[in-house]
Amino acid sequence: MSRATTIKSRSPQVLLALCLLILCPLRADAHLNSTGLGPFYDGMAHFALSPEDMVTALALALLAGLRGAAYGRRAMFVLPAAWLLSGFIGLAAAPSGGRALTAISLLLSGALVAADARMSLRAITALSALLGFLHGYLNGAAMGQPGVGAVALLGLVSAVFVLVTLAAAFVARLRRPLTRIAVRVVGSWIAASGLLMLGWSMRGG
Amino acid sequence: MKTTQQRIFARVAALLFTAAFLAQPTYAHVEEGAAAGFVTGLRHPVSGLDHVLAMIAVGLWGAQMGAPAVLLLPVTFPMMMAMGAMLNLLGVPIPGTEIGIAASAILLGAAVMSEMRPRLAVAAVLIAFFAIFHGHAHGSESPDGQSGLLYSMGFIVATGCLHGVGISIGLIHRWTWGQRLLRLAGGGVAVAGALFMWRAFA
Repeated sequence: MSRATTIKSRSPQVLLALCLLILCPLRADAHLNSTGLGPFYDGMAHFALSPEDMVTALALALLAGLRGAAYGRRAMFVLPAAWLLSGFIGLAAAPSGGRALTAISLLLSGALVAADARMSLRAITALSALLGFLHGYLNGAAMGQPGVGAVALLGLVSAVFVLVTLAAAFVARLRRPLTRIAVRVVGSWIAASGLLMLGWSMRGG
Repeated sequence: MKTTQQRIFARVAALLFTAAFLAQPTYAHVEEGAAAGFVTGLRHPVSGLDHVLAMIAVGLWGAQMGAPAVLLLPVTFPMMMAMGAMLNLLGVPIPGTEIGIAASAILLGAAVMSEMRPRLAVAAVLIAFFAIFHGHAHGSESPDGQSGLLYSMGFIVATGCLHGVGISIGLIHRWTWGQRLLRLAGGGVAVAGALFMWRAFA
């Protein structure tokens, strides 16, 4: 057996060992605050734990992915850029609620996915910018602290970029009608969640 | 036949999926009860047989009717269910919620049993009407101290999954024996609905 074949045959075992390591995470005390990376990961975690932000970004990615790769690429850059820009503006602003607006953005983006809206590239760009500006501003205003907040915002926007890229790419390559229907059904769930979020915000709960 | 790469990918995916279940808590937010809210919402539709049977019947009916009903019904239902829950959140009462849910099981079961094929708009309106009762019931049992949004997302996802179960079972409609079995299942749902109705009045 050649050396190359041996290495190749061992690669599953190496992967298995690496994955087993992932299964045993320990608390990382790597002084992230002193390196400045703590807030970066906080920003990523903030996004992952804020369903109203994450699901809206997901909905936009699904919508762009349904339209095709060019639309996905546009959303992939415009949404995070707008999010970051308005986030920096928001850092200087006072914290504001905006829960109803977030709910409307969730409802709108989900409804567009459910309807498989045939939007132009320009419309997708405008929608990406609009959603990015809204959510970025609210995130920035909520973070408050300009120094640490800016790093957190970078982490958050990186997470937005990764999510939109992966989700849009995944959907853009779907060709079978049934899989596209499944994406539209997910859109209806998102819209329904937006409607309920609106209800919660009107109730004040 | 699977290639080595595909096999490795499948193993890695399975391991990462397992790792996700062993995740450590992240302390980025101090919100309490967020995850619990989602799980409570996820459990709610499957905790009552009336909801479960009606949701599966929606999927079965959609599968029997084929495209585009198989898309329209599962899309209409969550939207209108959310509307029903929202009415509840806003304090708008809907009388006879339990009766409406039982009636949904009877009528949807009967529709599956008879392989009823009404016009698409009629089917959508029927589904939308019953979805409001189911949504109102879910909204009325929202837990205190948990995230309302995640509770809502949980019950929407669970409802959608039940529709998916119904549609998956409904795929047997392509065979003659499958069509008979589906009609039988529809009859079962209708009978169970009648029992729920009796209980609602008792």
